[in-house]
Amino acid sequence: MSDHDDHHDDHHDDHHDDHHRENHDPRSPKLRAEALEDLLVEKGLLDRAKVDATIEKFETDVGPMIGAKLVARAWTDDDFRDQLIADADATIAAAGITGPEIEHLEVKANEPGVHNVVVCTLCSCYPWAVLGLPPNWFKSPEYRSRVVKEPRRVLSEMGLELDDDTLVRVWDSSSETRFLVLPERPSGTEGLSLEELAALVSRDSMIGVAKAYTP
Amino acid sequence: MSLPTSGPGAPPRSNGELLFDAPWEARAFGVAAALVDQGTFGWQDFRNELIVAIDAWEQSGSDDSEYRYYECWLTALERIATSHELASAGDLANRAEAYAARPHGHDH
Repeated sequence: MSDHDDHHDDHHDDHHDDHHRENHDPRSPKLRAEALEDLLVEKGLLDRAKVDATIEKFETDVGPMIGAKLVARAWTDDDFRDQLIADADATIAAAGITGPEIEHLEVKANEPGVHNVVVCTLCSCYPWAVLGLPPNWFKSPEYRSRVVKEPRRVLSEMGLELDDDTLVRVWDSSSETRFLVLPERPSGTEGLSLEELAALVSRDSMIGVAKAYTP
Repeated sequence: MSLPTSGPGAPPRSNGELLFDAPWEARAFGVAAALVDQGTFGWQDFRNELIVAIDAWEQSGSDDSEYRYYECWLTALERIATSHELASAGDLANRAEAYAARPHGHDH
């Protein structure tokens, strides 16, 4: 499956028209978004600095590196791993992780013969606090509809080949429950530091569409 | 002013994908997240509108390659803003009309 990289689909000839429409068609999302934000700010219902801070937080501070550190720690500390699987909410709170959208988080551990993968079939629910915002493909109609029906094939198309006897579990997110996949620790990683281990944990491996990198 | 979320000055993401394709997407995201965070409406309420907007797009029979997630997000945000009487649909439309009429050079 492919990402939908819309911006590159436009022909160069269309560029000026697009630019004009974006700024001079009142139905363009750019103008509608600006109108909505400005009206709410003018009415005192919204603080523009809070909007700025929210965006900046997701662009700089919150992202998959937070989840990767949790995974690396779980790989090296069995007690932490057990706690994370038993009560992820309390465990990440104790680790100092808070977010604007902390909903109930569940951690699903991959193991030999069992592979977990996460989707939100209805919209785009995602564990913001530990992974940041979802990638475009996670939000795409294609992924959302197909990974439930034919997970093995979708994973194969995304570059993850699973053994035929591996059980695939698909977890459908909701506004109440978000999921983080705990990938299997790659072999040959004995003696690596927590930082080195975290670097092996890709975002995709924590959604369940890839395995952790092998050093 | 908008943050430089796209264009040559945009920060690359560690996963190689920008969070937002255009600055307005970041603003629409930030407005909704800020309103949820301050309790103006609940995430569940917003999510319900988002599901409706996404479903409406999917029912429209458009090609998947035309999918614009943040347009659905913005539609959901407009609907919840009007249903919670933060702004009327008329006010939103009038303001967008006014911005559309700005002369070139005042539209960034």
